[in-house]
Amino acid sequence: MLPDWGSHPVFGMALTVIAYVASLRLQRRFPWLHPLFVTSGGLILMLVALRIPYEAYAAGGKVLEFFLGPATVALGVPLYRQFRRLRRNLAAILAGVTAGSATGLASAGLSAWLFGASQELIRSMMPKSVTTPIALELARDLGGVPELAAVLTVLTGLFGSMFGPALLRRCGVRDDLPLGIAIGTAAHGIGTARLIRESEPQGAASSLAMALAGIVTSVLAVFVRNGM
Amino acid sequence: MTGFAILMAFLFAGHVIREWWGVPLPANVIGMILFIAALALRLVKLETVEKAADFLLRHMMLFFAPVVVGVVAFFPLIGREAAAFFGGLVVSAVAVMLVTGWTTRALAGKSAAVSGGYPAKAAEEAKSAADDDRSGTSV
Repeated sequence: MLPDWGSHPVFGMALTVIAYVASLRLQRRFPWLHPLFVTSGGLILMLVALRIPYEAYAAGGKVLEFFLGPATVALGVPLYRQFRRLRRNLAAILAGVTAGSATGLASAGLSAWLFGASQELIRSMMPKSVTTPIALELARDLGGVPELAAVLTVLTGLFGSMFGPALLRRCGVRDDLPLGIAIGTAAHGIGTARLIRESEPQGAASSLAMALAGIVTSVLAVFVRNGM
Repeated sequence: MTGFAILMAFLFAGHVIREWWGVPLPANVIGMILFIAALALRLVKLETVEKAADFLLRHMMLFFAPVVVGVVAFFPLIGREAAAFFGGLVVSAVAVMLVTGWTTRALAGKSAAVSGGYPAKAAEEAKSAADDDRSGTSV
């Protein structure tokens, strides 16, 4: 068992921040390591190995989690920056993001259902294409599990980031604008981070799409919730 | 710090609107929409909020690592439903990318066909914009 300080919020906070900084340093040496996996994986291993109860950790974890709120609001900044530059193609962008967001909700729910998933998983799966802090809230609103939604969202981002650009090019989407919009809508910030490293116009389109998809999917989710 | 206070104020407004008026969107999304409107109307200057926003976005992974850790409680469920978990994930990710990409390509027209709609000057601007976001969006 842990001593008293073990359930003080500073315990979980310190643990998480240290693990995060360590993972960033590790990534500098091994660029293929994703810091989020190293951070969360390391923390999970530590909790299990040292038999630290999850509640003791979560006291501090919740404090850090709170900052997802202002961070989501802050997404308005990349949206605003890119909006001014991509205004000319606004109609095409909005149509693409809306079609993609609707496809995301429908295809995630439908394919999970076809694979025989439980209601819990289906409802957590639906918002997984949008950026994590919004996916968490939407999963909660839809009656899913925020933790599952978070993991699904991150995995979706990694999948889209690794295979998306090649897949899209093979399917005839080669221009910067549609490619960036597609990756931003499907693979949110993780996909955006990759595009920014490779091509500036693609990264700009992607970060606009990711913020837009968060808004559009939230609105669409209201209809889904009323229909479910 | 002013930037952070502004972001918090919009988040708070989002909560108030959700609770009192029953707007069915997540509070953080309502906050973001209001914040974008304020930027567009020049009620808030980009320079005031940029630093705080870029910091929060750059380290977003730190903030949701605790949520991902919480998945330990759901390992049994993922084990039971592994096929749906990974199958649904891949199918839907591919569907979203293709539908979005094809729709945008079809509607973007000619201007987008020339190397993605970026003449030299626009490309220059987009470059600096992307530089601004370079560290910004790792989520």
